[in-house]
Amino acid sequence: VRLAAAANARYSTTETPTPYKSVTTYNNYYEFGTDKSDPAENAQNFRTHPWTVSIEGEVKHPKVWDIDALIKAFPLEDRTYRLRCVEGWSMVIPWVGFPLASLIKQVEPTGNAKYVEFTTLHDPAQMAGQRIGVLDWPYTEGLRLDEAMHPLTLMAVGLYGQTLPNQNGAPIRLVVPWKYGFKSAKAIVRIRFTDKQPQTAWGRAAPSEYGFYSNVNPAVDHPRWSQAKERRIGEFFKRDTLAFNGYGDQVAQMYRGMDLRKYY
Amino acid sequence: MNVTRLKIATFLLALYPLIRLLVFAATDNLGANPIEFITRSTGTWTLVGLMLTLTITPLRKMTGWNSLLRVRRMLGLFSFFYASLHFITYIWLDQFFDLGAIIHDVYKRPFITVGFSAFILLIPLALTSSNAMIRRLGAKRWQQLHKLVYLIAILGVLHYVWLVKKDLTQPLIYAGVLTLLLGWRLWHARETK
Repeated sequence: VRLAAAANARYSTTETPTPYKSVTTYNNYYEFGTDKSDPAENAQNFRTHPWTVSIEGEVKHPKVWDIDALIKAFPLEDRTYRLRCVEGWSMVIPWVGFPLASLIKQVEPTGNAKYVEFTTLHDPAQMAGQRIGVLDWPYTEGLRLDEAMHPLTLMAVGLYGQTLPNQNGAPIRLVVPWKYGFKSAKAIVRIRFTDKQPQTAWGRAAPSEYGFYSNVNPAVDHPRWSQAKERRIGEFFKRDTLAFNGYGDQVAQMYRGMDLRKYY
Repeated sequence: MNVTRLKIATFLLALYPLIRLLVFAATDNLGANPIEFITRSTGTWTLVGLMLTLTITPLRKMTGWNSLLRVRRMLGLFSFFYASLHFITYIWLDQFFDLGAIIHDVYKRPFITVGFSAFILLIPLALTSSNAMIRRLGAKRWQQLHKLVYLIAILGVLHYVWLVKKDLTQPLIYAGVLTLLLGWRLWHARETK
């Protein structure tokens, strides 16, 4: 389904988007299998309706949103972002979505809200990957409240102007373009505001390899591979990875004074 | 089956992974990340080749089919061939001869160091695979040298285990097969003492 959205040039890169076919057939989405080609095959019959997203925890107005109402509630924007996977490849993806900040302002976080936790659907009957214990399901991710409120942080409901394909995280997913891709949780059913830093699925699985922040950082290697370069899907030569995936001007101030080697 | 036929059949089967890659490349079927696909594929077939090479002796002893020994060298050389393609893919397609990055990788990352060591150790085995070299070294010394293949196979599997992000199913299958193959040898050595 075609989604009506206004182009947001301010937050979009002018780089050439990665072809639709690559964006929709090369996916890390372990709920549907660990091979890159698995999600496109195994998510075909995934039911994204009915669907609700529960906003809860340290907020004045908790609410359970119906997905259709949620998609209509905020003006949609076209935003083309770079995506850098922790594995060393990258893409450029034209998302459709709305800023998470719009949603957060509406529910009014209390003074105790310091972090936001995102939870993916847990449904082993539909998600074959959840029937094996690769990760501790359901998938959870988290952001600091200021990161969640940042204007770049997007709730995506589409790409290439169309409804989000199942293998890309339908019906609704997070997109945080200055962090490694796994931070951007897919198929979200719960957004919870907390006073403590939430546990993340990858953090539980390998704390020394996947930190809470996971900002794209060419200077801090993954313990088992270098993060200095990346291969843009569709290109032959590797390119240098940029600090904060090239969004440093907009986000670096949130981490001023922090040792990014320690808070990787 | 006579030995010539067995050799031809083995040769053609061993070419299958290469032909498959070439067909995929020609028909645009290497996926969104072709270099990763080629790296994975050549690595996988190197391991399969090593496992098959190590299967020959137990299989021959169990079945008494002695002609099998005549294809062991070919399987070993094919393992080396796919290992070389794997190595070249890394050096050329993946790193594009960026020597600094390669040295950094080999030095810092255990899975690359282990894979690189396994490849280096394969080279003397490939070089001494001819009958002339067997004669020059003498059968005993040749055999001792070629026992390196056990270490190489272990390093190869370790290389795979260490590189996966989380799902260890595939590497553990290779580890299981290798344990069986090496375990059989230990057991057999004790029995025949």
